[in-house]
Amino acid sequence: MATQTAEADLGQQPVKGRSLWADARTRFFRNKAAVAGLVALILICLFAFFGEFLAQYERAYVDFSLMGRNAVNGVPSIETGHYFGTDESGRDLYARTVQGTRISLLVGLVGAGVAVIVGTLYGAIAGYMGGKTDNIMMRTVDILMSVPYMFVLILMLVIFGRSITMLFIGIGLISWLDMSRIARGQTLSIKNKEFVEAAVATGVRPFTIILRHIVPNLAGLVIVYSTLLVPQMIITESFISFLGLGVQEPSTSLGALISAGAGQMRYGVLWQLLYPLFFFVVTLFAFFFVGDGLRDALDPKDR
Amino acid sequence: MLSYVLRRIAVAIPTILLLIVISFVLMFAAPGGPFNGERALPAQVMQNLEARYGLDQPYWKQMADYVWNVVVHFDFGPSFQYRDRTVNDVIAQGFPVTLTYGFWSFVVAVIAGVSLGVTAAIRHNSAVDYTAVGISIGAQVLPNFVMAPILVLIFTLWLGWLPGGGWQGGQWNYLVLPVIALSTSYMASISRITRSSMLEVLNAGFIRTAKAKGLPMRRIILRHALKPAMLPVLSYLGPAFVGMITGSVIIDVYFSTGGIGQFFVNSAFNRDYSVIMGITILVGVLTVTFNLVVDLLYAWIDPKIRY
Amino acid sequence: MPLLDIKDLTVTFRTGDGEVNAVNGVSFNIEERETLAIVGESGSGKSQTAFAAMGLLAANGSAKGEVTYNGQNLLGLSQRQMNKVRSDQIGMIFQDPMTSLNPYMRISDQMAEVLMLHKGMGKKQAVDEAVKMLDAVRIPDARARITMYPHEFSGGMRQRIMIAMALLCRPRLLIADEPTTALDVTVQAQIMQLLGEIREEFGTAIVLITHDLGIVADFCDRTLVMYGGQIMETGPTEQLFERPTHPYTLGLLKAVPRLDREEEVLATISGEPPDMSRLPKGCPFSPRCGFAFDPCPTVRPDLVPAWEGSPICRACHAPVEEVQ
Repeated sequence: MATQTAEADLGQQPVKGRSLWADARTRFFRNKAAVAGLVALILICLFAFFGEFLAQYERAYVDFSLMGRNAVNGVPSIETGHYFGTDESGRDLYARTVQGTRISLLVGLVGAGVAVIVGTLYGAIAGYMGGKTDNIMMRTVDILMSVPYMFVLILMLVIFGRSITMLFIGIGLISWLDMSRIARGQTLSIKNKEFVEAAVATGVRPFTIILRHIVPNLAGLVIVYSTLLVPQMIITESFISFLGLGVQEPSTSLGALISAGAGQMRYGVLWQLLYPLFFFVVTLFAFFFVGDGLRDALDPKDR
Repeated sequence: MLSYVLRRIAVAIPTILLLIVISFVLMFAAPGGPFNGERALPAQVMQNLEARYGLDQPYWKQMADYVWNVVVHFDFGPSFQYRDRTVNDVIAQGFPVTLTYGFWSFVVAVIAGVSLGVTAAIRHNSAVDYTAVGISIGAQVLPNFVMAPILVLIFTLWLGWLPGGGWQGGQWNYLVLPVIALSTSYMASISRITRSSMLEVLNAGFIRTAKAKGLPMRRIILRHALKPAMLPVLSYLGPAFVGMITGSVIIDVYFSTGGIGQFFVNSAFNRDYSVIMGITILVGVLTVTFNLVVDLLYAWIDPKIRY
Repeated sequence: MPLLDIKDLTVTFRTGDGEVNAVNGVSFNIEERETLAIVGESGSGKSQTAFAAMGLLAANGSAKGEVTYNGQNLLGLSQRQMNKVRSDQIGMIFQDPMTSLNPYMRISDQMAEVLMLHKGMGKKQAVDEAVKMLDAVRIPDARARITMYPHEFSGGMRQRIMIAMALLCRPRLLIADEPTTALDVTVQAQIMQLLGEIREEFGTAIVLITHDLGIVADFCDRTLVMYGGQIMETGPTEQLFERPTHPYTLGLLKAVPRLDREEEVLATISGEPPDMSRLPKGCPFSPRCGFAFDPCPTVRPDLVPAWEGSPICRACHAPVEEVQ
């Protein structure tokens, strides 16, 4: 009986070819953690980019009446308009958290963006060319990877001055290394597929093959990996900002806010640590869950 | 085996040289020298200073002298900021501290991570497994700079059990929080990697053979499964080592332990290039050496690797 | 008393799509020194039958029924009791010698631990014994090569090592799960010859699980044909091959390429291998069977003698004369 209904269903619905992407989308939305992560991520983005409109105070506005007494007077409250309270200088923590979240997200996205562009191309070229080129290119990556990059990054920040531009450049410089390895590995397996051989046989130039045939087929892997890379970049940035070497006042980031909060918690101003920490943790979780969900959805092993 | 070691060392040396060159190039590219502070120094003083530190020499000569001193005399030169202190002094003072809690963090991360991962894999889909997975997912978002304030908040401010900073010659109660803060996220990663590789190994054909041989589960895990399951963990130890040595900067600063990280950050604020460079190169050498050891271990465990 | 007696064995796997019966009420036995072939295509449940008997099912699998060896039901044994039977009483070799040996351990260690565990030997004595066994399976220069790792041997050599390892304790029964499938044709013949010699030398009973009818014909006393987790037909190999009484056996035999006849096209069994999660209530082969009629999809045929006094048993509704 059950088989009959199934057959009837098949008969009525014309069999539509489902693309791999549509398939992956279905799988992704079946994953509860990934969907929750996606929702959280959207909310955080809304908060970071539009949260400012809800703020009652300019983020740089210093409420001198609260300065130094925020443990008592700067408590989070809806009435005063300081939803998240104030920091030790009497600034509105809500507005600061909005800004910090935005900058941390931007750093993460830019870092991942560089990784996607540079890393993918680098890895695809190394993998496609093979032989000596591949060897030299990947040895270079090996060597660069065994450099303790955080120290070099801080050295750079010291030498060229601490600025957010420098931070972007520094993070961009290191973020692509892992990606290039992953892209190379995948390229090696794609390179021997028939469609690439067909392109070679018809005389398509190597660079065109890389852009037209290799790179689009790396897309799934690159998307998964860059989603997982964003939180890594956010952690790196927060690390440097925690030390006070990253984003500089009056600008801020989640790392800088956590650092300030960690310094203030001894005075009973817990909210100054907990609000930025909450956004930091939720952002990372969201990215990890979405990344894992994407990996499960796009992983060729499952097909 | 010997030629394999030599070949690996041959790769390691250029890495360190590259690190030195990068540091130097960055320094030469810097706008202004180390003595261009807030107030301009008289020209004569400036000249004397530069002569003293060899900064009036051509770039290549400076670099060659530096490499020579580091390699032959293990001398990283004088500090640019503290007239009476050399970089070696700084390292001698701070390094033992960092090494002490760094070592314990590494040991804790590996032992706790591996045990947790193995237990979770053996009891796949049990409460233990879910707990282990939960811990490792949670700890992903708790890097050292998040763990440190949380631990101090709980164990120092609320419970008052442990000191929230200081070193006191490395007494155990001063060690606990730095070690936990530094090791947590790596322990989590190690347990995750161990669990998944153990699960994979337990599904391998040779494990089925071992069962068919009538071996007890305990022996199968210890003698047959553990070694291959450790290979992915071993390749993660290199990055974990770098991560921990980097994280030690946070620990040193946050817990005021007096380790090299504290000197590093202070020097970063004071533009004390020679200390920054010295520490960076030291860390680089440590990293490269550690990776070398890991590679050799790997070759020792995996008989399929040809020397 | 038969050496191993399996009664009404059912193997169930819990999967994402519910429970699936890989083996469905299978009964057979094997006598001392006998050689039994279990034949069937992939997914017929032939390997899972053996795994269930040895307690080697995957974590999501469970077995019901009775597997009696030496008067005790193996399915009811504790892990510890079962370990005393494994290798010591019943040895097993697997399909892929590339993955069945531990690549991270020396052959000497892998073999010696069996004897140290079951016979309480010391390491040195165990290794000596292992060398003797490697000699017996014709590994040249065994004394020197026993300290090597599996990847230093060829596929055929590895399968010889597996056989030697399974025989170390002189088990009374050897279960060989597709021992030649992963090997080259020439090597296959050598391994089968070796198994034959071992049968003579050690008097071991052998259960040979395979999909290769060519091997079965010269090697096995008795053959058991499985399909869809059930036994289709069983009997003395020679008679079974000469005059199959079951449509599935008939199809299988027709699908074997032969040199002594000129055939334009090799016969195949039409249709697809069964989907184990939705088998027909009756005979699992009925959807592909040319002889199928009314009761076939709904009523499961019993495994009964083909005719009175016949050594061949068959599970089929169609009359014997019709099939033959």
